[in-house]
Amino acid sequence: MFGRLTIEALPLYSAIAAGGAAVTIGGALLVAIAITWLGAWRYLWTEWFTSVDHKRIGVMYIVLALIMLLRGFVDAIMMRAQQAMALNSGGYLPPEHFDQIFSSHGTIMIFFMAMPFMTGLINIVVPLQIGTRDVAFPFLNSLSLWLTAAGAGLVMVSLVIGKFSTAGWTGYPPYSGVEANPGVGVDYWIWAILISGVGSTLSGINFIVTILKRRAPGMILMRMTPFTWTALCASVLMAFAFPALTVACGLLALDRTFGMHFFTNAHGGNMMNYPNLFWIWGHPEVYILILPAFGVFSEVVATFSKKRLFGYESLVYATAAIAILSFTVWLHHFFTMGSSPNVNAFFGITTMIIAVPTGVKVFNWLLTMYRGRIDFHPSMMWTIGFMVTFVIGGMTGVLLAIPSADFLMHNTTFLVAHFHNMIIPGVLFGYLAGYMYWFPKAFGFALDRKWGLASFWCWMIGFYLAFMPLYILGFKGMPRRMEQYNDPSWQPYLMVAAVGAFVVLLGIACMVMQLYVSIRNARKTIDVSGDPFDGRTLEWATSSPPPAYNFAVLPEIRDREPFLDMKERGTAYQRPAAYQDIHMPKNSMVGVAMGAFAFAFGFAVIWHIWWLVAACGLAMWVAMIMRSSDDDSEFTISAAEVKQIEDARYRALASQAGSRS
Amino acid sequence: MSVMAPTTGHESEAAETHEQRAFGFWLYLMGDAVIFALLFATYVIMVNNTAGGPAGKALFSLPNAAIETALLLVSSTTFGFASLCSKTGNRGGVLAWLLLTFVLGAGFVFLEIREFVGMIAQGAGPDRSGFLSAFFTLVGTHGVHVSMGLVWILIMSGQVMLKGLSVPVTSRLFRLGLFWHFLDIAWVGIFSIVYLPGLL
Amino acid sequence: MTQAVDKLLRPVMGLGAALFASACDLRHSAVLDPKGPIALAERDLLFDAFCVMMVVIVPIIILTLVFAWRYRASNTGATYTPKWAESGRLDAFVWLVPALIVVAVAVLVWRSTHKLDPYREIASATPPLDVQVVAQDWKWLFIYPDQGIAVVNQLAFPSGRPVSLRITSDTVMNSFYVPQLAGQIYAMAGMQTRLQLLADQPGKFVGRNSMYSGGGFSDQHFEVTAMTQPEFDAWVAKAKQAPARLDAATYAALATKSRLNPITFYSAVEPKLFDSIIAKYTHAHHAPAAGTPAGAAPRR
Repeated sequence: MFGRLTIEALPLYSAIAAGGAAVTIGGALLVAIAITWLGAWRYLWTEWFTSVDHKRIGVMYIVLALIMLLRGFVDAIMMRAQQAMALNSGGYLPPEHFDQIFSSHGTIMIFFMAMPFMTGLINIVVPLQIGTRDVAFPFLNSLSLWLTAAGAGLVMVSLVIGKFSTAGWTGYPPYSGVEANPGVGVDYWIWAILISGVGSTLSGINFIVTILKRRAPGMILMRMTPFTWTALCASVLMAFAFPALTVACGLLALDRTFGMHFFTNAHGGNMMNYPNLFWIWGHPEVYILILPAFGVFSEVVATFSKKRLFGYESLVYATAAIAILSFTVWLHHFFTMGSSPNVNAFFGITTMIIAVPTGVKVFNWLLTMYRGRIDFHPSMMWTIGFMVTFVIGGMTGVLLAIPSADFLMHNTTFLVAHFHNMIIPGVLFGYLAGYMYWFPKAFGFALDRKWGLASFWCWMIGFYLAFMPLYILGFKGMPRRMEQYNDPSWQPYLMVAAVGAFVVLLGIACMVMQLYVSIRNARKTIDVSGDPFDGRTLEWATSSPPPAYNFAVLPEIRDREPFLDMKERGTAYQRPAAYQDIHMPKNSMVGVAMGAFAFAFGFAVIWHIWWLVAACGLAMWVAMIMRSSDDDSEFTISAAEVKQIEDARYRALASQAGSRS
Repeated sequence: MSVMAPTTGHESEAAETHEQRAFGFWLYLMGDAVIFALLFATYVIMVNNTAGGPAGKALFSLPNAAIETALLLVSSTTFGFASLCSKTGNRGGVLAWLLLTFVLGAGFVFLEIREFVGMIAQGAGPDRSGFLSAFFTLVGTHGVHVSMGLVWILIMSGQVMLKGLSVPVTSRLFRLGLFWHFLDIAWVGIFSIVYLPGLL
Repeated sequence: MTQAVDKLLRPVMGLGAALFASACDLRHSAVLDPKGPIALAERDLLFDAFCVMMVVIVPIIILTLVFAWRYRASNTGATYTPKWAESGRLDAFVWLVPALIVVAVAVLVWRSTHKLDPYREIASATPPLDVQVVAQDWKWLFIYPDQGIAVVNQLAFPSGRPVSLRITSDTVMNSFYVPQLAGQIYAMAGMQTRLQLLADQPGKFVGRNSMYSGGGFSDQHFEVTAMTQPEFDAWVAKAKQAPARLDAATYAALATKSRLNPITFYSAVEPKLFDSIIAKYTHAHHAPAAGTPAGAAPRR
């Protein structure tokens, strides 16, 4: 009836595990109670959960990302604390608990923090930047969100029922196979990834069609914003790389669940195929994450240097080159697997080549700052911090790209330092810059600057303290993923790294404070113009937040910086002659339902509850069929209604202008 | 969902929606092609990993594979006729050709299931060796896709009967056609890479 | 004023001292203080690439900070060119310089990857010492086929003589790693990978598994000892006195999960034990020919 699920799945075997479960359940209960006390369930359901509006979906993605940032960061603090203590001792964690933590840390940060954060930013901003009313497939957008949430749910549930994987975020067999790891941990990992992976693939397709087919009149490709360009390239990667992850994890699932022999030691398995399949996805994945961050930096550096972005065409070609080349480097993740020197050298060289367009981008941002008038808004600080720090990570990447040098450094903490040196200043700083830049657009009031700057400095200092020692430890020959160690000369560095993690914790606390203070002060910082930073691109032409339909009349685009162009011509904020009816997609509960069924389906497969697997599978099919047979999924906003909304906006603009003169 | 400038009218909105959905579906198919390509690559890498068990020569039946190929190729033709009828608004024709396509496709799936069951009964199931895991997964994935296509044909037949050849319905038929022909091409690959080399 | 300087000076000096100490410490870290020609060549690659990259990185970091300061909005004296966004010459420079650097490093990559191929035996007057390595949970077994002995958790050999390793695993994927002597290579069941070592002088080094393999992974380190030839001969002689013999039954007992195994000697080894460990996973039905172990990994 319950498959292999028994009472023993509860984490009562250790205080720390029980604590983790208690915090998870307690946190969820707290949120549920708060919402009930505020009487907000109906509001949340009709205005948010069932919404197919890209702006709402984007916000929900980012909320998910920020929550998972907290969870993934707790993992990080626990790891740093353990390693700081565990010289010739077991540390404070029970045996093999550390191994679950490093696995969930990586899995959460990549799949449930970075991917949703990026998807959220793209969702909110890109349709506004290209001048359209919504993405091409609003329902699929909602479905993608809820599938991602289902995957995150599975990872969180593993804190309460069963254990998580100890095979790292990469899950290499045969260790991740059923012989070495018969428990549920690896299965949780597989299904969280497979389910959210479908969401990501669908998002990729959605954004490609949106960007290529729904731009406003006059917006030729070379007039798109840099963020939209990077979103397009990242989406192409999402659509074509995620299938490789589906195959890698899918075959592993077949091995584990049906006793097949894709990656087993014996019976004709070939374990070397897994790293190939995994990294054919994995390398494009890191470019999926970083390209939109680069897009944010391009926008931020132009806006806050009050200067046109330098080398736009160069940047576009560089982005496209990076996207294509990202499919040609995957073997550099396993130079040490014993390939011939020709193969290793080939991939080492392609890895070098991909550094060129990235370097070009850095120069272009530098030249944008040159002879600008720089405003040190937190987003600009994130950008400067990125430029200075990311290049160090790029350098260590070049070192690792030399196969024979990689033989010395692979799987040491040097590698860990390298990829965090790319992801934190690159991906995370980029998304935080985007978050602090576009928050006023999404919500209509400001994010507190002071707390934003404080957060930035804590992250910068904390990052250096936490990861520079790891480079040194790599030179000392310390492998990654060690729950304890016997070399006393390592401990001082691990202690410094732990201090760094606590400084970053301060940075996160500052972000929480920033949100609290900003919401408290919201009424005083309401942004009526929709353009708090003298923006240059189209999203700043709308009100903050924009109306459901984004633009009452779709604008005509004449320049790469359309809003600045309008302001200079005096055509910004022009009242249109007449309004028309606007057709908008209706809300739908099917996305939420599919997410819930997918969660239950994953849980059922993990615990071998086969009747539930069949039931959920059937339910998802039925829901999908019903949805795709639905011909009545739109409603109309009448021209009169549109006029009402727009008139209110023009009144507000006028009164603000009036109060200024 | 169409949310373009309303001055172009409802008809061109519908055309745009159809175009975007078709494009989106193409992108999905290309992603599916990546999955198949990787399954093909996996199969080729593992084709000799028989772990002391049976290899393709002992298991595959050329006549069976040939009939399956014929069924699928003809079903693509019959679907083509259904598409033509859809273009000319011939409701009855669409239903008839869809039915024929369904029968041919179902025949394919039946033969494939029979082949699989037979192999498993012989002790040559997907858990016997790496080669067999790769075979069952590659061919089975294709078979699952075809089965999904059969379900889709039934649903479309229902929609054609109930709603007639409206724009949304013909738009969906178009995408089903893309799907069905894509599976046909994938089968040609399977026949050429799995069955023929296995038997020659 | 002096008080403020004092307060600042202390942490700055502390930081300086810490940096100095870690620099000294760094100087003697395993990777940067190699004891053999392979690791030395690999380290030198790191240095060369590092220097080349510094040429790019240091100017970028400095310029970023300089521009951020000079062009801050409050510095109204600085030139402001809000529309200047194109320059063919700068574009060319910005694409060409990194491209040229990459070409240079690519040549370095091609040459060094071939020269330092771990499957390529080190050219030497003395023939290499053959050692077979088996990764287990969570320890390492070293079989000396020519000497007829085996050891757990100690790899000993004469300094100045190349060691030619054949590596496999009798469990999940491991990675054989001795940072002061050579890079690492994966150990995989049913397959054989190769690695070459050479120590210039006698000495003791640390060896580890660098690929997580389960609960005992952190404890999976082993001793690597380079000895003078007489010392090595004595070590072999001592091993040949050991009461334990590595036959099939003893091997099966050894292969069960255990950690922190003490250094253990076996005075005799089951013939073709290494090949049979590989064959276990590849279903080879007959004994492999001499010198061609069953189920080789990508290359012999």
